[in-house]
Amino acid sequence: MNNDKILEVKNLKQHFQAGRKRIVKAVDGVSFDIYRGETFGLVGESGCGKSTTGRTIIRLYNATSGEVKFNGIDVHGRKSKKDLKQFNRQMQMIFQDPYASLNPRMTVKEIILEGIEIHGLIEHEAAKTKRVEELLETVGLNKEHATRYPHEFSGGQRQRIGIARALAVDPEFIIADEPISALDVSIQAQVVNLMKELQEKHGLTYLFIAHDLSMVKYISDRIAVMYAGKIVELADSDELYKNPLHPYTRSLLSAIPLPDPDFERTRERTIYDPAQHDADNAKFREVKQGHWLLCTEEAYKAYQVNQSFGPTPSD
Amino acid sequence: MDNGTKKYDLEKFKRVHLSDDANEELSRPQLSFWKDAWIRLRKNTGAITGLIVIVFIILIAFIGPFMNEYTNEGANYDAAYLPPKVKGLEAIGFDGIQTYEVQGATKEEAIERGLAGYEIEEEYVQDTEVVITKEESEDGYVTVAMEVDIYAARGLEDQYFWFGTDSMGRDLWTRIWNGTQISLYIGFLAAMIDMVIGVIYGGISGYYGGKTDNIMQRIIEILSGIPNLVVVILMIILLEPGLIAITIALTITGWIGMARIVRGQVLKLKGQEFILAARTLGANNKRILMKHLIPNVTGMIIINTMFTIPSAIFFEAFLSFIGLGLQPPIASLGTLIDTAFDDYRVFPYMLLYPAVIISLLMIGFNILADGLRDALDPKMRK
Repeated sequence: MNNDKILEVKNLKQHFQAGRKRIVKAVDGVSFDIYRGETFGLVGESGCGKSTTGRTIIRLYNATSGEVKFNGIDVHGRKSKKDLKQFNRQMQMIFQDPYASLNPRMTVKEIILEGIEIHGLIEHEAAKTKRVEELLETVGLNKEHATRYPHEFSGGQRQRIGIARALAVDPEFIIADEPISALDVSIQAQVVNLMKELQEKHGLTYLFIAHDLSMVKYISDRIAVMYAGKIVELADSDELYKNPLHPYTRSLLSAIPLPDPDFERTRERTIYDPAQHDADNAKFREVKQGHWLLCTEEAYKAYQVNQSFGPTPSD
Repeated sequence: MDNGTKKYDLEKFKRVHLSDDANEELSRPQLSFWKDAWIRLRKNTGAITGLIVIVFIILIAFIGPFMNEYTNEGANYDAAYLPPKVKGLEAIGFDGIQTYEVQGATKEEAIERGLAGYEIEEEYVQDTEVVITKEESEDGYVTVAMEVDIYAARGLEDQYFWFGTDSMGRDLWTRIWNGTQISLYIGFLAAMIDMVIGVIYGGISGYYGGKTDNIMQRIIEILSGIPNLVVVILMIILLEPGLIAITIALTITGWIGMARIVRGQVLKLKGQEFILAARTLGANNKRILMKHLIPNVTGMIIINTMFTIPSAIFFEAFLSFIGLGLQPPIASLGTLIDTAFDDYRVFPYMLLYPAVIISLLMIGFNILADGLRDALDPKMRK
């Protein structure tokens, strides 16, 4: 890994108007950087704003405020059509629901070719067919599948078609929005391994959004934990698992099930109570090299003092 | 179980090895959406019957007028009010025999009055029968059914009017099929308006949403608030009553149902992930509408169009029947039924054929539309 930032997110906010007066703050001041070639995991419970973060980064939503820089260029700034197309090629997305993410009226070939056609990457029909076959092979499908319709495939196969579609335009950065949460466990491993393989082969950078911590730990280099529109903790994945500081992170970690009935019966669940914080004064601070935490000034100082003695029980 | 007593011959067992490729193979025959729908439609006897009836009526509507030498508007008062007569089908009723019911104080007087009234020579009366005797009737008259070979009486033995003639001696076969052409024109016009204006309007309204949607929906509400009949009457004040007035009336309001359905579908679809995927790939709005949204709404569009056609046909017939539609001498099924309605008790054949044809058309389209709804619904896939 190097220090070449591919994506910088600064104080990103995404608020939705819900009704006349109510505003939903789906993403409320999120900042993080993603380095070239790494896999950045973003975890959190349902509705915490992780998918919205991903979609805002790729411009599916216009950000309320804040900044997203991709390769040093502001994503949400005014852009010419040409720049936008360039951006659309460099950043791609893999979606959560393999059943909803493929157009049921298009053949696999048409689905995979869509990006190539929009960007006019390949002219000749024969070359297009060849490219589709190549991509299908890359994701482990038969080239005979090109003329089939999505409903004929299983969930895992569909997800791989979705990956092939994203790969067709040769992106550098892929946002994977819970790509495995709709698949059963054996297929999850297949898809995750495929993604890892592709990362090595094509030098991809991933933003991996998920709620399954065990899988995120397996694939991610660094992990950010989100809660209620804010990132509460961000660290290298080993550090986060070994030394979770934020109570919400601990609660999440304590919820990972183990296939061991004795352990499961006696397990103590850590229940997270957001009322225990002074949320208004909390700021995102680097408490340790590469380990960021949303905490108050006092808590921050306490960590600095206690660092040599290991983690404190609570802030 | 006593372990070890049985010895298995290991030679007999062989490890089944699945090749990696076989895992990904698809055994289902390759079917596109339309092929699949056609297979399901074919199994639906009702829908196929409806389809055959419609195709049959459409064919005759265009061939029929050329099948005999009579014209649509050629009046011939000698041949007025002739019942159906078909060469070769005399045995099953197409014999050109007209039955008149006449009244008189006695049977003889009734017949005499009938002959005088209808200007028929006595030799052409083939049969007479007392239908209501003096005792049964309330007014003290005898009612006699008098069968007359009316073709011979008029000296038209060599003529064959297959569906009979009307009050001006015009051939009903020709007029009915010309009228059916008009009905079909109205039906397909309504379908076109639905498909073009309705789909585009609904698609744009649903896809852009927000303020655009709000304004477009208010316009629809205003339009649908005006009763169709009022629109037609306004059109007739401006224009001559006729095909153009009906066409414009349909154009103004006919597409509203379709626009609403398409809007609803598009609203439902536009948040789906495959639309988001197309947008992340850089697809523009036109591409998303034409390639992703509309093809996914086609099923609904076709079904709704098929239901629009019969109701438009009936709308025209209804307008013509109440005198707001086409004006004679132009024939439509509605005007034919309207004129036949005046004396259907004496000449029921004039009402029967246009009524049967319009009923067949409407039932045919409705059953076919019903079958299509089942065939195009992916949830019906087995």
